[in-house]
Amino acid sequence: MAAIELRDLWKRYDRVEAVQGINLDIRHNEFIALVGPSGCGKTTTLRMIAGLEDITAGEIRVGDRVVNEVPPKDRDIAMVFQNYALYPHMTVYDNMAFGLKLRKTSKAEIDRRVRDAADILNIGELLDRRPKQLSGGQRQRVAMGRAIVRNPQVFLFDEPLSNLDAKLRVQMRTEIKKIHRRVRTTVVYVTHDQIEAMTLADRIVVMNFGLIEQVGTPDEMYNAPKTRFVASFIGSPSMNFLPCRVVSGGNGSLALRLTDKLSLAVPPERAARYRSHLDREMVFGIRPEHISDRRPNAGSGFEEFEAGMEVVEPMGIDTMVFFSIDGIEICARARPRAVGPVGEAMPFTVDMNEMHLIDPANDRVV
Amino acid sequence: MVAVTNIGRAEARPPLSVRSRLRRSVGPDIDGYGFILPSAIIMVSLVVYPFGLAVWYSLSDAFIGQPASFIGLDNFIYILTVDDIFPKVLRNTLLFAVISVACKVFFGLICALLLQRITTFKRFFRGAMLIPFVAPTALTTLGWWLILDPTYSHINWILKHVWPFSEMGLGPYQFLADPTLALSSVIFVNFWRGLPFFVITILAGLVSIPDHLYEAAEIDGASTWDKFWKITLPLLRPVLAVVILFSTIFTLADFNIVFVLTRGGPMNETHLFATYSYTYGILNHDIGLGAAVSLFLFPILAFTVIFLLRLIRRDTAYEL
Ligand SMILES: Nc1ncnc2c1ncn2[C@@H]1O[C@H](COP(=O)(O)OP(=O)(O)O)[C@@H](O)[C@H]1O
Ligand SMILES: [Mg+2]
Repeated sequence: MAAIELRDLWKRYDRVEAVQGINLDIRHNEFIALVGPSGCGKTTTLRMIAGLEDITAGEIRVGDRVVNEVPPKDRDIAMVFQNYALYPHMTVYDNMAFGLKLRKTSKAEIDRRVRDAADILNIGELLDRRPKQLSGGQRQRVAMGRAIVRNPQVFLFDEPLSNLDAKLRVQMRTEIKKIHRRVRTTVVYVTHDQIEAMTLADRIVVMNFGLIEQVGTPDEMYNAPKTRFVASFIGSPSMNFLPCRVVSGGNGSLALRLTDKLSLAVPPERAARYRSHLDREMVFGIRPEHISDRRPNAGSGFEEFEAGMEVVEPMGIDTMVFFSIDGIEICARARPRAVGPVGEAMPFTVDMNEMHLIDPANDRVV
Repeated sequence: MVAVTNIGRAEARPPLSVRSRLRRSVGPDIDGYGFILPSAIIMVSLVVYPFGLAVWYSLSDAFIGQPASFIGLDNFIYILTVDDIFPKVLRNTLLFAVISVACKVFFGLICALLLQRITTFKRFFRGAMLIPFVAPTALTTLGWWLILDPTYSHINWILKHVWPFSEMGLGPYQFLADPTLALSSVIFVNFWRGLPFFVITILAGLVSIPDHLYEAAEIDGASTWDKFWKITLPLLRPVLAVVILFSTIFTLADFNIVFVLTRGGPMNETHLFATYSYTYGILNHDIGLGAAVSLFLFPILAFTVIFLLRLIRRDTAYEL
């Protein structure tokens, strides 16, 4: 069993506190994505799990043993590096066989495992080539093959797709998902790309400034972010944030006053949750996909307003419409046919059932 | 548009200049030939001409101050059949080069690996390492001559007066007078002088091997020893082949050290091709024989160069 536990894990470089006491339980055979902006400590965390980086404080457990002092080779892990780190002087076959040879696996067994992995990854014809003679996508596959043949308890990936072009990235993403279904193991996958995290992971860990912001399933991260950071990091285009004031709308209902002219009613079932923030300056968060062109009779919780379009970005299936409220740029997602010429006022419907209310004092979602 | 057209792809509209016509027939490399022409001229006048002259002398009875006439292979036949010192010279030169280069490779690797790991006073150590290399050979060899001299030898003095050596009753040694010790001494001084070149070049090679390869190997289960044999050494091979190539050439042709320390003695036990050829050609005025001796170096060098160049060519197919 290869559950991984991180307990108050801390990493300090000379001047940088790269990881500042994180706690995380990774379950057996779970696919975990560590995601966050560049420099937030994802790679450092992964390298500590791998044993390539000393731990400043805290504890890492793999299975039921503490591995703080265990060298990488005895941790039964495999790692796929961002730049693949293939051995340039070895053929693809030898690259994949290297770890097995060091472990004194029999020749026949090595051959069987390398060919099996090559089959899974579709690189059977490349076995005699050197890394130099491979394309980026092929190198990526070899790097994964090198990890697969070892049949380790844990796979670590550090931004494995970020050196590929956009199309190949999407293709390999699907591939990785398929492979994980065939080769069931615990995976820790580092990426700065939230879409990769959303599409691949069983659970996502969002990190920021060396701390974990939130852990949850892709669905939870998208629908129930706990902090403003997670709310803005997950989802593309990013969530809109507008300063607002929670005001009483009569009959015990609440409304958000965005400007002197624009107030949006809060759905009744949310009123209880937000009441304690009555008359306070808050931040209203709403995703572009929840502001659309006007839908008459949309149902309860849908509010309407009008705004002048400033920029329009057609994306085919939908059109992104940008406008501003009180100088703050807002993005909405409309049906292409509903979008008129730029500069004109356009009626919008906003789905308040999907709103988030953020307390600016601590940037937490209420 | 014209500015971005590939060189060598003819555009064919305006009448062709001499240049473009040449380019058409010779191919896109014509500029390249133009650029190497000056160095080619210098090479021919400074290397090919003296070499041709040496070949001519070796086939003549040239004597300093006298007109030379062609005598065929007589000089070579004399050296191979009559001259009983020549076999010794051949043996000395091979021993000298092989032992010295082997030691330089071995200790060069060790020093480079150590220097790479040193973090405090890094610059100081790397700088100090270079001293034997940058100091004038004639001067440092004189220093060694003092150190090894039978009368003034620092080593013998230390063996006699410094505890615990004084208790062991070692020495005094005749470093430059005993045949075996003399050859060992000149080999050692050559090694001492040539080591920095190896250390610095190997260090540069080591630094160019990316860390992530070692990390990948570590995760694959490699011990320190495995990493050295399976990653470091193979990736260092092209660099090693180049330094060995240069060093072998210079060591085979070494002159200064033997000339200053032993002048080929005792009893010709330390003569190398260069010093022996000097003895014939300059001291004994027999330029023909001198030239013939030094030409024996040519096949040995050619063989070494071809062998090592093939090794390099095979191995530089890496991309780190
Ligand atoms: N070897 C190192 N020495 C000093 N600081 C480092 C080192 N590696 C990473 N850092 C710092 O630690 C922080 C986290 O880095 P990293 O884990 O690589 O971030 P991420 O992978 O999330 O982009 C960054 O501020 C980075 O500059
Ligand atoms: Mg990183």
